[in-house]
Amino acid sequence: MLRAVDLSCGYGRTTVLRGVNLTMAPGEFVALLGPNGSGKTTLLLALAGLLPAAAGRVEIDGRDAARLSARERARLVSCVPQGGSAPPGYTVRELVRMGRFSRGGFWGGGCADDDAACEAALVDTHCLNLADRQAAELSGGEFQRVLLARALCQGRGLLLLDEATSALDLARRVEAFDLLARTHREGGSVLAAVHDLNLAALYCPRLIFLKNGRVALDGPTREVFTESNLRDIYETDIRVGKHPVTGAPQAHLLPGAGAAALPRG
Amino acid sequence: MAAEAKARAASPESGNGEGKPGKRNVCAVVLALAALASALLFTTLLACGVGSYPTTPGQTLRALAQAAGVSLGAPVDADLAAVVVDIRLARVLLAGMTGAALSVAGAAFQGVLRNPLADAFTLGVSGGAAFGASMGIISGVAGAAALAGDVRALPVCALAGALAALALVLLLARAGGPLSGLRRETLVLAGIVVSTFLSALISLLKSLDEESVSSIVFWIMGSFQGRGFEHVALAWPYMLVGAGIVFWRARELDLLSLGETQARMLGLEAGRSRLWLLFGASLLAGASVAVSGVIGFVGLVVPHLARLMLGAGHRRLLPASALLGALLLIWSDVLARTVLPRGAELPVGVVTALVGGPFFCLLLARNFRLAGRGAGRG
Repeated sequence: MLRAVDLSCGYGRTTVLRGVNLTMAPGEFVALLGPNGSGKTTLLLALAGLLPAAAGRVEIDGRDAARLSARERARLVSCVPQGGSAPPGYTVRELVRMGRFSRGGFWGGGCADDDAACEAALVDTHCLNLADRQAAELSGGEFQRVLLARALCQGRGLLLLDEATSALDLARRVEAFDLLARTHREGGSVLAAVHDLNLAALYCPRLIFLKNGRVALDGPTREVFTESNLRDIYETDIRVGKHPVTGAPQAHLLPGAGAAALPRG
Repeated sequence: MAAEAKARAASPESGNGEGKPGKRNVCAVVLALAALASALLFTTLLACGVGSYPTTPGQTLRALAQAAGVSLGAPVDADLAAVVVDIRLARVLLAGMTGAALSVAGAAFQGVLRNPLADAFTLGVSGGAAFGASMGIISGVAGAAALAGDVRALPVCALAGALAALALVLLLARAGGPLSGLRRETLVLAGIVVSTFLSALISLLKSLDEESVSSIVFWIMGSFQGRGFEHVALAWPYMLVGAGIVFWRARELDLLSLGETQARMLGLEAGRSRLWLLFGASLLAGASVAVSGVIGFVGLVVPHLARLMLGAGHRRLLPASALLGALLLIWSDVLARTVLPRGAELPVGVVTALVGGPFFCLLLARNFRLAGRGAGRG
């Protein structure tokens, strides 16, 4: 349902992605990993149909993303951006409600679904107590939850998240990933770019690693999440152990193991 | 888990509790708009009774009713009826329309460019419109363009000037970068440069044409002096189309205020939407300038006032801006035509600048304080 075929793209003359191939079946929960600047954000933008492909193509629901109208695209794919700040003067509820734009008329003559979707998204992200606050006055973490709520309000079929939990504290992060896992169990697909390797390994059955704009690794978590793979990709010494409760692989860093300390080759 | 269970348990009742403020909010908006509308009606009646020709409220009311085809007691004499209806009412209507148009245009410019300092005046759009209109008049006078000599072509010339100035300002400010990444100050600076340059050109044009100094002042400072129903008739179709475009896309303005990427994520064809909105706003500003010259600060201040009252959601902000703008400009015009002794008049732009300038400084200071606090929290 989401496919990139020989996808290359970038900004202006800079090419960021080089020949990316990947397929996500409906109902998958995938983490997108990789070092800084490996092209995670760019890939998400391209997969969402927001960044035109320089070469190759993106297919959403079997249709060429470049041929979809903005509204059609937004009804199929919900995005959670990295964060930033809200424009002044909007309440949280108004901001979440904007998620329904692709489904309503111009003046906002929405259907009854809109209110229901908006309230459900606020409840699921525990944002109901923020609903009447000014969005511009929220903390970074609170605002990330609101952005997640807006994406859920937009649609739960396919979620693309870009570091959407980076500003959340531990409890909120677990809460957010529990919510993503639930969305996934209920039939939605989720592709989440994350920095936290262990969080990804804990929740996602499949991992995709990017490096230098290419897919370096793509496979089931237990197969690809190995010491040698992680060392190659992150260029630092990493040990992999087992999660004491779930048995998922977990990465451990070593102090003093900067790139210089790693034997090359 | 415990927290989630607690939140789940709490959510149904708080869900019901939250539903009501939402509805109450809608009621509050409707009430506020109704209050503004009735204030506008009242203002219209009052403003028709003010002027150098002495009229009592009763006479004013009777004259207005008579013009509307309703008889309230004894008929008023023809002179008085002419003063109240043909001179004052026309002027009040025109001031109201212009105020509404400039304010809606200002709200649209601020929304599209995500810039609280944007407005037809600061962007140089009004200057461009005035230049376009002056060119139209001059070329008409010189007989070079029969089309432009026709007064009905004035709004078209003004629109062309407005769009050209807007394009120039955006190009200047953009300097190769993306439109959404424009710095607020750069944009306004470019607007002021273009605006000042065009004012100078207008003065030059007028001097070459040996027209009176007062008409230069008219274009640069704006005035409703000597304006009548023919100007109302001239401007309203353009204003209606412009307002239609902007109001129709009110929700898109909300999305655009999130920035281009997020607007597109939510399903907006951002580029096309932005062009339409800029066109609609230019139409409003161009039509305003064509009949009243360059009136500054209305479009800048009014959307901020409306935002303070009702928040930033454009489906409330646009109608509130239109009503407030009309109110503000009608009263400014009343001041402009009554404050000087012996029937002399101030250009209304002087009044709006004198009132609006300091007011905008207050808003600006408040805005910076808010922005600072927001940054500190983030």
